[in-house]
Amino acid sequence: MGPGAGDVAMNERRAAILFLAPGLAIILLFFLLPVGASLLLSITDFDIYALADVHNVRVIAFRNYSQLLGDALFWKALGNTLYFAAVGGPLTVIVSLAMALLVNAKTARWKPLFRTIYFAPVVTTVVAVAVVWKYLYHPKFGLFNRGLELLHIPPIDFLGDPHWAMPAIILLSIWKNFGYTMIIFVAALQAIPEELYEAARIDGANAIQQFRHVTLPMLGPTFVFVGIITAIGFLQLFPEPYVMTGGGPVNATLSVVMLMYEQGFKFWKMGYAAAVAFLLFLVIGLATLLQLKAQKARV
Amino acid sequence: MNFKFQISNEKFKRVRETRICHFQFFIRNLKFLLLLTLACTRGPSPQEHLKFWGLGHEGEVVAQMLPEFERRTGIRVDVQQIPWSAAHEKLLTAYVGDATPDVAQMGNTWIPEFKAVGSLEPLDPFLMRSTIRQSDYFPGIWATNVVDNTVYGVPWYVDTRVMFYRTDLVPKPPRTWTEWVAEMQHVKDLRPNNYAILLPTNEYEQVEILAIGNGATLLNPSGTEGAFHDPHFVQALQFYVDMFRRGYAPVLSNTQVANVYQGFAQGDFAMYITGPWNVGEFRKRLPPTMNGRWMTTPMPAPRADLYPGTSMAGGASLIIFRDSKKKDAAWKLIEFLSEPAQQIRFYELTQDLPAHRDAWKVPAVANDPPLAAFRVQLEHVAPLPRVPEYEQIATDVAEDQEAVVRGRMTIEQMVADLDAKANRTLEKRRWVLARATSR
Repeated sequence: MGPGAGDVAMNERRAAILFLAPGLAIILLFFLLPVGASLLLSITDFDIYALADVHNVRVIAFRNYSQLLGDALFWKALGNTLYFAAVGGPLTVIVSLAMALLVNAKTARWKPLFRTIYFAPVVTTVVAVAVVWKYLYHPKFGLFNRGLELLHIPPIDFLGDPHWAMPAIILLSIWKNFGYTMIIFVAALQAIPEELYEAARIDGANAIQQFRHVTLPMLGPTFVFVGIITAIGFLQLFPEPYVMTGGGPVNATLSVVMLMYEQGFKFWKMGYAAAVAFLLFLVIGLATLLQLKAQKARV
Repeated sequence: MNFKFQISNEKFKRVRETRICHFQFFIRNLKFLLLLTLACTRGPSPQEHLKFWGLGHEGEVVAQMLPEFERRTGIRVDVQQIPWSAAHEKLLTAYVGDATPDVAQMGNTWIPEFKAVGSLEPLDPFLMRSTIRQSDYFPGIWATNVVDNTVYGVPWYVDTRVMFYRTDLVPKPPRTWTEWVAEMQHVKDLRPNNYAILLPTNEYEQVEILAIGNGATLLNPSGTEGAFHDPHFVQALQFYVDMFRRGYAPVLSNTQVANVYQGFAQGDFAMYITGPWNVGEFRKRLPPTMNGRWMTTPMPAPRADLYPGTSMAGGASLIIFRDSKKKDAAWKLIEFLSEPAQQIRFYELTQDLPAHRDAWKVPAVANDPPLAAFRVQLEHVAPLPRVPEYEQIATDVAEDQEAVVRGRMTIEQMVADLDAKANRTLEKRRWVLARATSR
């Protein structure tokens, strides 16, 4: 290689750095620095006394974490969050796939209309939606209990009953979120070459066989993506219980993020809250890894 | 991994376009809002402009009282209403973000915490030359505003718990714990399938009222360690637990009680320890047949010579934030809202019990029979320990008492557990205090 070629490579590298710099700077400033700061925060006992005097902060190593692991409320919140994600996540994926298949069906009419309708909840503010659903779940005047009344079933206090509160929030979340993954599925379905179906039909495959052996395998990578973003989103449950139940009744809808918010902003135990955030980060990382592993094993 | 999402579809683009339209609409509205706020901020000079944060319903109705204050003093008051559910974090974050108002309403149990972070202005210098006199207030309520011998708040309205009871089932309201047990036994004998009293197992207030009524301090005098092993507390706890053991009270948390008012009207229970807001609720929600069949009475005392028993001091106070630049104007507002005439008007607007004793002399308050017990009780109230951590310790009390009532824990275990938990919670406080004294 001559000196000229080296210069070109050098220039290219410099150009690459120049182009990457703004993006990297933003990531550094708004992601890596805060993450590092909160990691540091999580090994201190930053609390209201620290507000009065910064010298009241002590570095306490992993005591926040050990305390957290011994805190029954944390395990309750983690259990609630996993329940929400394990039931709500797969249901969202199934519903959105079913809706994508319907919206994408050759015989379907008014496709754009339906796609817009199903997508509308995604672009609506979650707080507004939660307030409206709170009315729908009202034990006396809610639409759901009106329906039960017609079926002669006694009214259910959806948000006031510890057993019903989480299912009620799961139902709302599925309705709110499936449109987004549905659009991704629609896009993926449209990317499947028509020839594959043609070949399958020539081989005598019926609709179910076509779905199992053509559609599902072709959607493989999409499933990984959808599964991961749904899991990440669902593990960060917060606005729905914050608006609708406040974490109650008897902590039945207290999520990990909600616990973090309460510890951090209600009691101002910032060190403790940062430790909650990091444990949640680990849980989400683990969930993502497991899904990637599971997909790799299958594909 | 390769994700190929070729969203080539024309129709999907249209979905995105509608989003953009929404966005433009939002921007247009935003401009309008900006203009509006600009228009609103013009007015009198900033010198005469106070920011006041009111909480919940009180924050809503106080605006009706302010025109008179503005007319009298020429000071304009901007009231911002904050819902109670978000008030605590909103006040705290406002302090951290250097965005506190001049005056605010504050639950009086929060005062120790906001004092600890250094956000409150000491009011003693203002009180020395003021129309507000401590002697006009209920001593137990006033005490909730005092931390380390310094006054940080002026009571705005007051709150405590008394006993509501069915006059047809409890002919003679009990004055002592012994009489109380006898009355409960009487009710139980009359109607063996019902209960005598409702004590929701997840509410810590009942245990704490019995405990402070029995002379327990809950924490040691400096508020650095738990004092739950104190015999006064253990005795009160024993009395509380016995009410369940003997079948006087149902083992139910307040989420398991579908409708307190219906239960009370049906005679499911004949006594209920609760606060002033339920005077209005009982009138509104009990069926008309219950008219004249219920009344309130002060808390029974452990011994006859201690009657009436002590209850807890609740309510809300008005405070000035230390960062305020208009403290004199802020104090004028507090003085105005503390005038007996304004206290009466405030009672009419909110039905919150007035803090100023003179306001209790007007017929609407003085001649309302259920309020009489509150008037007596308010002279016998005591604050819960005034340390920032107490709210957390109180939730531990509620959790453990439920375990004892449900038979998962003994009284001895609960007392030891509460002391251990309180000592752990107060560890930072001990360290901070030790550091402050060593310097």
